[in-house]
Amino acid sequence: MHPAKSVIFFTTGSGAGYGMLIWLAVLSLVGLQPADTFYGLVAFGIAFGLVVGGLVSSTFHLGRPERAWRAMSQWRSSWLSREGIAAIATFGPTGLFALAWVILNENQSYSVGLGIIGAVMSLITVYCTSMIYGSLKTVPAWFTKWTRVAYITFALMTGAVLLWLVSVLFNLPQAPIIGQLSMVFIVLGFVVKLFYWRSVDNAPATSTAESATGLGKLGKISLVEAPHSEDNYLLQEMGYRVARKHSTKLRKIALALGFVVPFILIALAIYGFPQFQLIIASIAVFSGIVGIVTERWLFFAEAKHVVTLYYGESAI
Amino acid sequence: MTSLPRKSSRIKLGLVIDLDICVGCQACAVNCKEWNTSGHSAPLTDLNPYGKGQQGVWYNRIHSFEALDEKTGESQTINFPKSCLHCEDAPCVTVCPTGASYKREEDGIVLVNGDICIGCKLCSWACPYGAREYDETEGVMKKCTLCVDKIYNETLSPSSRVPACVSTCPVGARHFGDLGDPHSEISNLVKARGGFSLMPEQGTTPVNQYLPPRPKQHQKRADQSPRELEHKDTSTDGAGLLARWVDKVLSA
Repeated sequence: MHPAKSVIFFTTGSGAGYGMLIWLAVLSLVGLQPADTFYGLVAFGIAFGLVVGGLVSSTFHLGRPERAWRAMSQWRSSWLSREGIAAIATFGPTGLFALAWVILNENQSYSVGLGIIGAVMSLITVYCTSMIYGSLKTVPAWFTKWTRVAYITFALMTGAVLLWLVSVLFNLPQAPIIGQLSMVFIVLGFVVKLFYWRSVDNAPATSTAESATGLGKLGKISLVEAPHSEDNYLLQEMGYRVARKHSTKLRKIALALGFVVPFILIALAIYGFPQFQLIIASIAVFSGIVGIVTERWLFFAEAKHVVTLYYGESAI
Repeated sequence: MTSLPRKSSRIKLGLVIDLDICVGCQACAVNCKEWNTSGHSAPLTDLNPYGKGQQGVWYNRIHSFEALDEKTGESQTINFPKSCLHCEDAPCVTVCPTGASYKREEDGIVLVNGDICIGCKLCSWACPYGAREYDETEGVMKKCTLCVDKIYNETLSPSSRVPACVSTCPVGARHFGDLGDPHSEISNLVKARGGFSLMPEQGTTPVNQYLPPRPKQHQKRADQSPRELEHKDTSTDGAGLLARWVDKVLSA
């Protein structure tokens, strides 16, 4: 599948933003967040910036962005529609939670209730995002429960790491706990991604050139001639081929930069060199961003669509 | 609404494509383009039509496949036209976030309302058959309409009220009719010839059906090579009395 930049930024960015919103609420609930105005401004600013930026970026790949509001109407059947509605609705409770925090310096009692409602809705939104891909039977690499698990785990992981950076920036006493939380979710994310790849790599083919043409009874089917000599929309959108040559290397890069390096750096910042924690945290976040963008790029670029069976693929 | 009709339509208009006789001439694709570029979802835009890397919106594409029988080593080529299959369980309809994609209750035709499509392309991702096309100029999705503007067009003679690909096929490889009626002419054709669906495992229940190539007439290997005439230039075997006499005179 064609890895559109707008969609990569949308899924990684809004995922991390929702992850931050979830942790801001959950950590407040257990009394691990200061109801400080400036801290709240920066933390919610980054979280909402990522969510809004992701949603806006996702409209860039539309042919008619000015009609994007119409995408709210088909929640009965369409995961994309559900995602849009969930995303808009989540701004309600999370926005009120942020206002109470920043203006009233209040992140306990009633406002944390709003925060937790917002956190649940954020989870639902990330789930809907994952189902846009996870519900497509035509792309077997996405049509697996690991897609859902991975999107939710990565949102929680990237959100935790970003919140750790903010807490380090403000030199919060709770920073090491948020760092440890990040480390737990990095391990979880690492394991989930390995399971995802194992399940995708070992899955038996769902469709073949024989089933696509219905001509399997006659023998082994191969394409003799494509319908046209030039490229077409289907091949550009669904027949992306660049990644697979480098997929093993890119997977290693994604694992190293997205998981291993941040894990080690967080451990170093907490247990080794707390005096350099800000610079270490910045490097960890930078590495994590490159790693997770590589991971998401691979998620799209490695996935094969069954329509390519009509263009020379033999089994998908 | 992009939910599918609750009850599947009684009338299921669709195509039956005969892979036994398709010669791969591309006439269906060309006439489809010609009709539809001024039809329901007009125009079917082209990009760089006269330059390098031309491409454009086509509802019909004709692939050629080879079937190799690995036991005998024999192979055959099959021309394979493909357009929207107007699936009963159309995934392109249910994924649509705007309601632009819909399946008609009255005849099962799957259409796009270009006035409210946002061009998110998700329908093209959901379709296993590559029936969805993106019009880069208009920013909306387009697809085969089963010539909805032709098959009900009362200004045309009744015999012309069939999709453009069907009326233009020079060998009669494309048939149009109601596949929801088990006794219709094309339903009988599907039964008689063992018609099949493409990628049934995708669970889309296509309305369009394909007819397989008829079995080859197997002969012994020796009979398959071209028959040679026996060379008779110098022989008079089988010639009549007069011819043999003339031959004798002339050979002297």
